[in-house]
Amino acid sequence: MAKRTLYDKIWDDHYVTTRDDGSDLMYVDRHLVHEVTSPQAFEGLRQNNLKPRRVSSILATPDHNVPTTSRDINLDGIKDPISKLQVITLDENCNEFGITQFKLDDSRQGIVHVIGPEQGLTLPGMTIVCGDSHTSTHGAFGSLAMGIGTSEVEHVLATQCLVTKKQKNMLININGVIEDGVTAKDITMFIIGKIGTAGGTGHVIEYGGEAIRALSMEGRMTLCNMAIEAGARAGMVAPDEKTFAYVKDRPFAPKGELFEDAVEYWKSLPSDEGAKFDEIFNFRSEDILPQVTWGTSPEMVGSIEDTIPHSSDKNIISALNYMGLKPGTMIKDIELDQIFIGSCTNSRIEDLRVASEILKNNKISKRIKRAIVVPGSGLVKKQAEAEGLDEIFIEAGFEWRDPGCSMCLGMNPDQLNELERCASTSNRNFEGRQGYKGRTHLVSPAMAALASLEGRFSDIRDL
Amino acid sequence: MAKISNKFSGKTVCLNKANVDTDQIIPKQFLKSIKKTGLGPFLFDSWRYEDEGYLGKDSSKRTLKNDFVLNNKAFSEANVLVAKENFGCGSSREHAVWALKDFGITTIIAASFGDIFFNNCFKNGILAIQISKKNLDIIFSNQSEIKPIEISVDLVNQKIFDEKLFEENFEIESYRKKCLIEGLDEIGYSLKYEKEISNYEQKLRKERSWVIND
Repeated sequence: MAKRTLYDKIWDDHYVTTRDDGSDLMYVDRHLVHEVTSPQAFEGLRQNNLKPRRVSSILATPDHNVPTTSRDINLDGIKDPISKLQVITLDENCNEFGITQFKLDDSRQGIVHVIGPEQGLTLPGMTIVCGDSHTSTHGAFGSLAMGIGTSEVEHVLATQCLVTKKQKNMLININGVIEDGVTAKDITMFIIGKIGTAGGTGHVIEYGGEAIRALSMEGRMTLCNMAIEAGARAGMVAPDEKTFAYVKDRPFAPKGELFEDAVEYWKSLPSDEGAKFDEIFNFRSEDILPQVTWGTSPEMVGSIEDTIPHSSDKNIISALNYMGLKPGTMIKDIELDQIFIGSCTNSRIEDLRVASEILKNNKISKRIKRAIVVPGSGLVKKQAEAEGLDEIFIEAGFEWRDPGCSMCLGMNPDQLNELERCASTSNRNFEGRQGYKGRTHLVSPAMAALASLEGRFSDIRDL
Repeated sequence: MAKISNKFSGKTVCLNKANVDTDQIIPKQFLKSIKKTGLGPFLFDSWRYEDEGYLGKDSSKRTLKNDFVLNNKAFSEANVLVAKENFGCGSSREHAVWALKDFGITTIIAASFGDIFFNNCFKNGILAIQISKKNLDIIFSNQSEIKPIEISVDLVNQKIFDEKLFEENFEIESYRKKCLIEGLDEIGYSLKYEKEISNYEQKLRKERSWVIND
């Protein structure tokens, strides 16, 4: 039998048929839904007198628009009437069609890409879609997880299938052991710096190598989360014992014999020895230092030891102009106004533990106007509080918030003011992303925590 | 989906920037809309206006930025947007395509596209064409500050050309082409395969029952 990659195997097992126009129908195992990209899809179903085909495949939650300061008063906490309408519309759609929703007042509510894995809805070998580009996160479990548009959301609701064509296989190996202080976030940003934001276009990336195998499940989620920032359709890590242990006993995960059956299947998923990849990159762990973005695209990134580049590239000049930075400036000399720890990239318990370890018995710099930490879900928040992490954050000068996407994209009131500069653990440094004319530098949670103490970027390895 | 003509011509507007992300095409505050329409006035909001926009704002009264190409009156009739590499990267927001469509863009030509954005274009009847760098450079260098280029597309024969400047055959997946030309209802089309989908589900329940949690 032909040797196959992890992606080939999942593709083969989800292939339904080829339509007579030449496109393939791929079966969708899980569909995650949030309030922003779903209203028009549900409306489309109603107009065509259709219903979701398999409601048990769907989990919905509001995350993009939700406030992070007033969960105690539920919907009344959403001051913007347009945001509120969108959250209520999700409620109504879920009620009408019988879809499970973790509502705003549910202790399990959170960022859709945090709660899927947390609940055991994300399993190896599955196809997972969501109307959100960071669906790639779930690839950490060895699933094929893709962000889709609203028309596709509607199509998946109605047919449980995605119209698609097979992508190419890309393998990115990170060989060797990464240095202390260097994290999954640095690895994923480093890769984007090397291959560019279109480097993965048309491909599904499988991440491999010693450094990837050594990552925790949280780390692998951070890694795959930003596969979309490398332009890839999806990012994946082959499932292993770490994956099975993480999944076991989670609320929606299979139990008992069913779990054993699943594990047996999951063990067959890793790419076969000698399977063909269309493109392969090999990077050395020792070349990966703590990363900081300096521009307005995730590929505009360097290490903490770098300076802002001199370039005649029009795109770089325009980015530096927006960022208010001069070529030749050391990354370590960039002074900050705000700190954001959160987002589907870095808001899991491990991220909060790492950041709080650095903040313990310390205070944030007087320079910092605001530092917020937004746990990825209600359960992450609860766990962090049980470990006393909330007190460490608060004592250091951080605001301890309720779960949601928050200042990753600022659809809720958490935004930068004009020209403010932020060290952010999120995934996109696009113009205006965190607030109109706001300036974003992407970093790991450890680097963000350290920057909050210094008021500027410093090298976590010096700590 | 709206049918598009097999052959049509359009006037260009060139956006000379690589990696234009969907956050720029339609900023986050407009994603709060629960409709697909009315986003045209907010297309490229932060690049187009001096102030920050919000849903419901009357854009006709806002001050335009002089240096943004879409504000140049010479291109007021443009319906072919020409861009550089990786146009529409980033967020999956289909609102970006809805905004372009509402604004009047029917075709987008670029060196390459963000994957999800590219899919979203076709779902809304916008033709996205990837062309060679050579011909893209020809378009960019021939569109002056004051005059658009008239570009023609022959979808059936997959040709894009300007009478004087260039002609190129472009690639398009057969299913996308069929959908555009016939204006197919994508969901209705897939539902013709209901039997295949049901058969798949039966097999799934037998072979990997742990996937189904009902």
